[in-house]
Amino acid sequence: MDPMAAIRETFFQECEEQLCELESGLMRMEGGETDQETVNAVFRAVHSIKGGAGAFGLEDLVRFAHVFETALDRVRSGKLEASANAMRLLLRASDALADQVRCARDGATPDEAQTTSLAAALKALTNGDATEQSDPAEDDGLGDLTFLPLPVPVEDETLQTGGWVIKFRPFADLYANANEAALLLREVSMLGPVRVTVDRSALPDFAELDPEGAYLAWTIALHAECDEQAIRSAFEFVEDDCELVISRASDQSDRLNLPQPDAEVAGGGTAETIPTPDPVTAANVTANSGMPSDADVLAMIRKAQQSVSSSDREQPGAIAGGAQNPSPPAVRSRQDAAPGTDGAPSKNDTGSAVGATIRVDLDRVDRLIDLVGELVINEAMLTQRVMEAGLARASGVAAALDELEHLTREIQDSVMAIRAQPVRSVFQRMPRLVREVAAMTGKQVRLLTDGEGTEVDKTVIERIADPLTHMIRNAIDHGLESTDARLAAGKPEEGVVRLTALHRSGRIVIEVADDGAGINRERVKAKAIEKGLVAPEAQLSDEETDNLIFLPGFSTASEVSDISGRGVGMDVVRRSVQSLGGRISIASRPGAGSTFTLSLPLTLAVLDGMVVSVAGHTLIVPLSAIIETLQPQAANVHTLGTDVRVVAMRGRYIPLVDVGMALGYSEVPLEADKSVALLVEGEGGIRAVLIVDAIQGQRQVVIKSLEANYRAVPGIAAATVMGDGRVALILDVDAIVSVTRTELIRGDALRAEPTLLQAS
Amino acid sequence: MNESLTNGAEGREFIAFRVGQQEFCVNIMAVREIRGWTAATALPQAPRYICGVINLRGAVLPIVDFAVRLGLPGSAPTARHVIIVTQIHNQQVGLLVDAVSDILTLNENAIQPTPDVASDLVKAFVRGLLPVDGRMISLISLDHILPLEERQAA
Repeated sequence: MDPMAAIRETFFQECEEQLCELESGLMRMEGGETDQETVNAVFRAVHSIKGGAGAFGLEDLVRFAHVFETALDRVRSGKLEASANAMRLLLRASDALADQVRCARDGATPDEAQTTSLAAALKALTNGDATEQSDPAEDDGLGDLTFLPLPVPVEDETLQTGGWVIKFRPFADLYANANEAALLLREVSMLGPVRVTVDRSALPDFAELDPEGAYLAWTIALHAECDEQAIRSAFEFVEDDCELVISRASDQSDRLNLPQPDAEVAGGGTAETIPTPDPVTAANVTANSGMPSDADVLAMIRKAQQSVSSSDREQPGAIAGGAQNPSPPAVRSRQDAAPGTDGAPSKNDTGSAVGATIRVDLDRVDRLIDLVGELVINEAMLTQRVMEAGLARASGVAAALDELEHLTREIQDSVMAIRAQPVRSVFQRMPRLVREVAAMTGKQVRLLTDGEGTEVDKTVIERIADPLTHMIRNAIDHGLESTDARLAAGKPEEGVVRLTALHRSGRIVIEVADDGAGINRERVKAKAIEKGLVAPEAQLSDEETDNLIFLPGFSTASEVSDISGRGVGMDVVRRSVQSLGGRISIASRPGAGSTFTLSLPLTLAVLDGMVVSVAGHTLIVPLSAIIETLQPQAANVHTLGTDVRVVAMRGRYIPLVDVGMALGYSEVPLEADKSVALLVEGEGGIRAVLIVDAIQGQRQVVIKSLEANYRAVPGIAAATVMGDGRVALILDVDAIVSVTRTELIRGDALRAEPTLLQAS
Repeated sequence: MNESLTNGAEGREFIAFRVGQQEFCVNIMAVREIRGWTAATALPQAPRYICGVINLRGAVLPIVDFAVRLGLPGSAPTARHVIIVTQIHNQQVGLLVDAVSDILTLNENAIQPTPDVASDLVKAFVRGLLPVDGRMISLISLDHILPLEERQAA
């Protein structure tokens, strides 16, 4: 990949992060958290996107982001109240920004009309009370000045009247945005002879110094007959991040001789009052004496860095910016014609968020996981060999091997943890979905999420996004009643969809709950009968009825809507969940809502399995499929027809599968009472009892593909390597179970009980 | 080595091996490694010539009993048997053979076309014949060693 494309990719990756930050920030604000921290985070996110987009020449994106940013800035400065209406608009703007970023990434054309109307709405919002921005400067009182003086050497000439007086007071944001005051001063100096006076009165005591703060202000007496616009253009890029007052020198020539660099200047408008500083005379700063040596500067920077490392500051980039202030060469070298806004490589708005993370190519992680898997196998083999060699368990070798085992397990866990990610990335997509679906259906919906920090393998995260999207759509479209119906039922207007993630016994459980009407069982059954999915005379329990919605081709919406009910529906959700080794269950209470519960493995690379022996072979049965193990009694096993056997279990007859025969490992049926039985549930909730010779135990196995070097084998899902170095096969429960059923599939599906997992 | 047969700079190397009374060879470029026999895990519903799968440093490697694949009588594998790990397209497959006998450097010209015989198996696997020191060595094409991808009901 060429470097530019790589940088571009990084930019878009960062954009995604910023967008997440933006949305979650806005959501927090909507929820009433309008503290400065949150508002700033939101503002920064948009600002960073704008900055990056500018660098890549994404004009449309910059334009929209700018409007958005301006509106947010009003909120930030308290000029605009974060009302519900405003927040709704800002959220929509964030959706639109996300769209634009994605369009820019994929080279697609964004929705112009939407963008334009939103931009107009934002502008209207912004101008609702347009006043000049004035950020509170970060003065925290005057203390003893222990800082070194900051001389700005200038080649001074006699100042004559007829020039300009420029008062320039940068805000901390100016540095945070990677601008540098010294370069701006140089820019101005190129217009003509200048006399620069620094106002260091705002500098606090060193102990209270915020290394990212902005404490210095400058008064520039410019002797040049240029127009105001020329001066303004020097500050063009920082206009919003500083306090800038430009006035005619003739208006206040007296002030020049007695520089009083506070902001009480004619035309200052809304400029806030700044504590009257001690005047710093020009003479103070003209000489090279008193200039801090490099060593001093370094020591200052180091101290500043130490102080910032302990506090959670927002704009780490300003460390560098601030440190550059005392460096004199930039100002001294007037002949340098370069414009003043480039160069400072300290822009890092997201620094605090990504400081402790790195980006790693997924392939590398996967390779590492493979290797660790092999290490685990090798370690087990080594142990076994050592034992075979007749070394006593108590020997030093055995102890060392125990230690080794411990270490390898720990390495395996740690490596697996690298792939683990919080489900936040998926959850964060949902608020937008909810807004859109709510708008489409005209319902008022509130999404509550919990457990976003729950970690699960990246692959699992990627693959649950779609089923989850579908379930949430369903919850809003089918689950929640219309506003009128809710009011009639005595419920609050606003429906609630709750999305929860948690870890439970080595799996991740995700619940989607709504407080709607619950499943309309009458309608579900009628529909199923109409579609021929169930016999009209069938007697179904409530749970059985609820589970009908998982049948292929079932959709309860009477009309196929945009949102859900494209005829796919829950059976697709169920299938994709099952393909991940997960289960889905439903609990519904009429009038109180429904809860869908997904239970998924934490990783797809390893599997918890039960090791069983079948006709002299070792097989692994995925633990997720096993409901219980039992010792069948001969009396409970009945033969049906010629060779079909069923087991009576709690009043039900469940087909029995002889695994050895199904796989062709043995010719003779295993006698039920001499075997161990596993009650398993396959796809679609179909149950069967598998009989095997013996259970060897439970273990976690690393999944190895059979297809890589061979081909798919019927009845076998994958392979793994056991401790003795031999390959063991992992049973494909779905395929084995399907051996038992021929025409009974439909009937069996109906008898499927809800899974054991219940919403808590 | 059979320098006498190398009459061109374009000499190619082959691994010769023995199965029963016959000798075969494969292009050395297709051979990844040669290793001793380890017990294989039987696969259900596999053709008779698939001994099963073994663990090759973490990868699952299918083992083809070469004798059975050619329709020769198979024999129970012993520790003296050898597995030639070959690369066929993007898959690795182990060939179970009696012994590796030689490494040959040959010119393409030395390969004689397979006589037109009725046997389908010969047509499928034998690409040519090599006369070496009075022995006949069949050059094997590995393309059809594994069964074609086919899914059958369990």
